[in-house]
Amino acid sequence: MTIAAIIDQAAMFNNLFIKQAEVHGMSQRGGAVQSHLRISDTEIYSDLISMGTADMIISLEPMEALRYMPFLSDKGTIITATKPFINIGNYPDENKVIDEIKNSGTNYQLLDIESLAQKAGNLRTRNVVMVGAAYKYLGIPQDLLEKSIRQLFAAKGDEIVSQNLKAFKLGLGANA
Amino acid sequence: MLGAEAIALGAIDEGISGVYAYPGTPSTEITEFIQKSKEATEIKIRSQWSVNEKTAYEAALGMSYAGKRSMVCMKHVGLNVAADAFINSAITGINGGLVLVVADDPSMHSSQNEQDTRFYGKFSFLPLLEPSNQQEAYDCVRYGFNLSEQVKLPVIIRITTRLSHSRSIVLRQTMTEQNEYRAETDQSKWILLPHNARKRYSALLDIQKKLVAISEASPYNRIEKGEGKNGIIACGLAYNYVKETLNAYNLNYPILKISHYPLPDSLLREFFATCDNILIAEEGYPIYEELLHGYFKNKKLKGRLDGSLPRTGELTPDIIARALGLKPNESAKTPEIVVGRPPELCTGCSHRDLFDAMNAILNEQSEKHVFSDIGCYALGALPPYNTINTCVDMGASITMAKGASDAGMHPSIAVIGDSTFTHSGITGLLDAVNDKNAVTIIISDNGTTAMTGGQKSGGTGRLKEICIGLGVDPKHLRSIVPLKKDFEKNVKILREEFNYQGVSVILACRECIQTLKQKK
Repeated sequence: MTIAAIIDQAAMFNNLFIKQAEVHGMSQRGGAVQSHLRISDTEIYSDLISMGTADMIISLEPMEALRYMPFLSDKGTIITATKPFINIGNYPDENKVIDEIKNSGTNYQLLDIESLAQKAGNLRTRNVVMVGAAYKYLGIPQDLLEKSIRQLFAAKGDEIVSQNLKAFKLGLGANA
Repeated sequence: MLGAEAIALGAIDEGISGVYAYPGTPSTEITEFIQKSKEATEIKIRSQWSVNEKTAYEAALGMSYAGKRSMVCMKHVGLNVAADAFINSAITGINGGLVLVVADDPSMHSSQNEQDTRFYGKFSFLPLLEPSNQQEAYDCVRYGFNLSEQVKLPVIIRITTRLSHSRSIVLRQTMTEQNEYRAETDQSKWILLPHNARKRYSALLDIQKKLVAISEASPYNRIEKGEGKNGIIACGLAYNYVKETLNAYNLNYPILKISHYPLPDSLLREFFATCDNILIAEEGYPIYEELLHGYFKNKKLKGRLDGSLPRTGELTPDIIARALGLKPNESAKTPEIVVGRPPELCTGCSHRDLFDAMNAILNEQSEKHVFSDIGCYALGALPPYNTINTCVDMGASITMAKGASDAGMHPSIAVIGDSTFTHSGITGLLDAVNDKNAVTIIISDNGTTAMTGGQKSGGTGRLKEICIGLGVDPKHLRSIVPLKKDFEKNVKILREEFNYQGVSVILACRECIQTLKQKK
């Protein structure tokens, strides 16, 4: 949700149209959670993304990235964290999951957001690392994303804001 | 903002004096927005959670009687609970504007069914608005209050999960002041004794023509002209998916957008006259598809009933595309390596320890039957617990245990949460006490309404007194703490009460791990 919130705000600053559908309720009790985010310079109708049309899948967990492959366009990119979240007994072999992403025939970016977030000084900045990594595909100027980050975390104090800005920059760098 | 939040803001801006609701996905966020809003607090909009949807609706009626504007919010099944008050409020009519917002859940993402509130719209003879997007949701609420006071009837607003939990930009308009206190002056309309109710019902039927005329002139119904003789009737949210698909495939079919019921008669006739083939897309049951077919099917019409659209579940742009015979985009398949990730109880949840203790006894029996209810503990139906056997509707755990006991089942065990208990369990327990049934009612009390996000629970801290007040024998009103270290003690207590031939209530109390986390 945080990633979507940062991008939403930045898109608004950039005078773009946005729609972002999220999942609440039962599915949050350990179930898969996802968000459809659409950005455009013209009016957007559907809150849901059609199959085969997503430009990007941003995922905080590698197996979840694969789950939503049907939404990805053949020109799309997968940007995913590499650390698996194993809360089920039959989670597949971690390496096989990474291989599946590598062999998927799409552009991909694998990121160790845990260590990048640690470098930024706060594990909780993981999500913002991802925003940095996604920057190059978003079509929103960097300074507006940073403005959005500053606003979103302002209430939590200067230290948190600067940690998140650092996390964002580390994410940017990871993609270079 | 979320569609839900847009509705909340619309209500604040249109001068409500109160919002009445019980938590229920996907409607919860509406009331939460008002509770958290500084503006709403400053102008003293009343917004505490109600014990259930019926008490919520009736309180709103009271506020309306006194001349002020109120909004009631619930999920679709919540209207089943409030239906007694709701149906009769169409017959009494209202004084201060009253808007009922119901959030449906097609595809049952978080519900027991996917019932369509527009059915209640027809049943009650009330106007119903079905916005297609977040801006329209904001606008419809404001329009709805004015319509309500114009025709002196409650107005329903129906949204679905994908609108409620989806964000977009919403533009605000100038705020309206709250109404002054101005109590009802009509001496008879609220009294539904038969001789009066008959008059009121006739009046309700008589006003239907006017409601249709208003629908025909509504900003929320319109024909969008296009090319050719293939047309689409798009209701509510379905309009988005239709527009999306037509844009994606560069098509210009005429569309009849319907977001205000009763159906706009003149627009429908015009549309049917100009089209040879019509797809009707409803985000919910094929209610109007069926109505338009009549009994002897209309050959022009296609929809869910003939298989053009799937009979169940929510719509998507892909489903609309397929129904129009368009070639879908190429898309990859989910790799086989991906496994399901079903929901589960949080680590450290108190329900886990309760189920472990229950299973220790139940797994010794040849048969195991536990009646349960709606809440996080319903996940006790899944592995590794497999503790519960039923989850039907709010409060049914207790009453089904009572009925099974009447049929000879022993032990007859119910598991219910604290919020569900005050919602609809109290009356069932009173039934069991009055009948001296041999039942064991376990109230798994985590001090909150957890599944919906941790809202205040109606009877927190007073459940013991409530049960005593209902007549439960204090000797069989036991308290346990669901923790691993108390396992042996808890199993002993459960066993004693399972064996007892009378009403037992076991209060299993430990704070929800999520609300505990929030406090830190």
